Amino acid sequence: MLSIKNLRASVEGKEILKGINLEVKTGEVHAIMGPNGSGKSTLANILAGKSDYEILEGEVTFLGQDLLELSPEVRSRSGLFLSFQYPVEIPGVPMISFLKASVNEHRKFKGLAPLTAGEFLKLMRAKKDMLHLDTELTNRSVNEGFSGGEKKKNEIFQMAMLEPKLAILDETDSGLDIDALRIVAEGVNALKTPENATIIVTHYQRLLDYIIPDFVHVLHNGRIVKTGGKELAFELEEKGYDWIKNGNDQ
Amino acid sequence: MSIISEKISQVDQLVSLFEQNREVLARGSSPILNRMREVSIKRFAQTGIPDLKNEDYKYSRLKPAFENSYRQELVRESGLINLNEIFKNNIPELDAHLVFLVNGWFYSGNNPGAELPKGVVLGSLEQIANEQPDLIQNYLNRQAGLSNDPFVALNTAFAKDGFFLFVPKGVVIEKPVQIINLLSSNENLMATQRNLIVAEAASLVKLVVCDQTLTPVSYLFNSVTEVFIGQDAMVDVYSIQNYHNQSTVINSAFYRQQRNSVLNTGTFSLHGGLIRNNLKVTFSGDHSEANVNGLSFTDKKQHIDNFIIIEHASPNCLSNQIYKNILDDESTGAFSGRIHVARDAQQTNAFQRNNNVLLSDKAKMQTKPQLIIDADDVKCSHGATVGQIDEDALFFLRARGIGEKDARMMLMNAFAHEVVQKITIEPLRDRIDELIEKRLNGEIGRSHDCKDK
Repeated sequence: MLSIKNLRASVEGKEILKGINLEVKTGEVHAIMGPNGSGKSTLANILAGKSDYEILEGEVTFLGQDLLELSPEVRSRSGLFLSFQYPVEIPGVPMISFLKASVNEHRKFKGLAPLTAGEFLKLMRAKKDMLHLDTELTNRSVNEGFSGGEKKKNEIFQMAMLEPKLAILDETDSGLDIDALRIVAEGVNALKTPENATIIVTHYQRLLDYIIPDFVHVLHNGRIVKTGGKELAFELEEKGYDWIKNGNDQ
Repeated sequence: MSIISEKISQVDQLVSLFEQNREVLARGSSPILNRMREVSIKRFAQTGIPDLKNEDYKYSRLKPAFENSYRQELVRESGLINLNEIFKNNIPELDAHLVFLVNGWFYSGNNPGAELPKGVVLGSLEQIANEQPDLIQNYLNRQAGLSNDPFVALNTAFAKDGFFLFVPKGVVIEKPVQIINLLSSNENLMATQRNLIVAEAASLVKLVVCDQTLTPVSYLFNSVTEVFIGQDAMVDVYSIQNYHNQSTVINSAFYRQQRNSVLNTGTFSLHGGLIRNNLKVTFSGDHSEANVNGLSFTDKKQHIDNFIIIEHASPNCLSNQIYKNILDDESTGAFSGRIHVARDAQQTNAFQRNNNVLLSDKAKMQTKPQLIIDADDVKCSHGATVGQIDEDALFFLRARGIGEKDARMMLMNAFAHEVVQKITIEPLRDRIDELIEKRLNGEIGRSHDCKDK
């Protein structure tokens, strides 16, 4: 589904990614872990199409297409979803009209007719029930005045509405209390099918108590320095990132 | 010293036009209008056309517009316009008492008198000043006459007609009153319009004023409106300005509020070459409230200048100002918001905000809050921002599949929406939303733009 080959990228002249290689297949859950500043969020943002980065080398293929050639909106419509680390507040843009525009753009891309207002509301209700979300979030402007937990729940709700093929969750667990973490994790698990894939970008292991990864990659200093199964996450939690850092220095 | 001689020549031309047409101006006009002319033309001759050294006009270059030669309609011409055609020009169609004016002259609309509540007078200032002078003489020029503004003086010297609205004590006009001001000429035209609104105690009226240019010639439009709001009265005035790029518009509005009255205004400047809006509110009675809002869109070389004065002359009053501008291309804008709290105006609440979005590197905005506070028990605040479209918000929307153009539109609509949602006439709110969408899509003003290139 996603193939990253020797990806090197810089921001403001500073090289952040120094040759990333990653293969994600349909049905898989990958966790990318690493200390602060290792390049985790940069990788997530580059995959979603944020333009602040300069690609120095490498290629990224998503469902057979050259991902780096696509605009952020086409990546989204093609089935890539980024759950933002810091979802932005957009006062004056009602959540409902934003989400309706978003869903209908995805439908248009697939050659489907736009949902009517009634169909859209029905879909929204169904997804809310599925994720056990309160209805209040959709009555406001996008993320405006939302708590950290509400913003992250709102991201998962958008993911449920758009049903992406590949979801990238960037630090989705940061700033969440244990209840919010559980709701978010259960939402992600509920949305998991054998036809889609998930990349979880996280600093901590705790989200991985709820979402079991097939592969764990450790990102350090712009490179994946270690790859293993879910047990690697526990090992990291136990030994700390110094274990990796020291190991890398040797 | 060529600059000075040039200044003299522009002003002189207007003064000599006045002198040569004294009889034409006086003919058919009520003495109420005529008695103000001489002193006003003298005042204009003394002040001249302000240049950028004039503190009140430092951001608006008005002299070039006066260098053009214009025709003036000093007598009413019978160039009637097909009303059905007018609504094709992006003028909101509302369920309203409708009247229209052409080049400053009043023409009746859908016979609004028949439907209006008893005692309400809506008509031509010229005609009513002649027929019912008692309704007008205690009000006309009572506010504007105190102003030092040269364009107000020029207006008063030349004014022949405009609309007059009188709402008697306790009368509520349910439907909005819609005034359509059209500018239509085959040659360059200078138009003068003088309006007067008197809302007596405990009356209620909502006005929608739509200005529209119809033909692609240069216009210089100088309009003055005085509004008197009686005790416990509520007056809403929404203005929609849509002029083509060869238009220079100086629009002055004076509001005087008696105690316990409420004023809501919104000025929506959709399109225009150069628009200068002077708006002054004077609280002459306590416990009154004024909400003074504006929203503008400029592109190409357009210029918008909103110059607001809120005179807190009485205690316990509340004023709110929100002005927003979206500026594209090389367009420029200015906002001046002066709040004066008089010594005795204790317990004043006065708030002001000016937010601006620049869509291009070449667009410019000047914003100048000015608080003059002579009382000690007051709450006043002001704030101004000049920024770009929020790139993070734009990326967020795109990352959810919304195309760049639509995402930008969504964000600009969101920015504008705060002002739109303050409109108290619901159908108008929807119409303005549509007009904004059209404006942002470049569908307003396009028909005239061929002349720019």
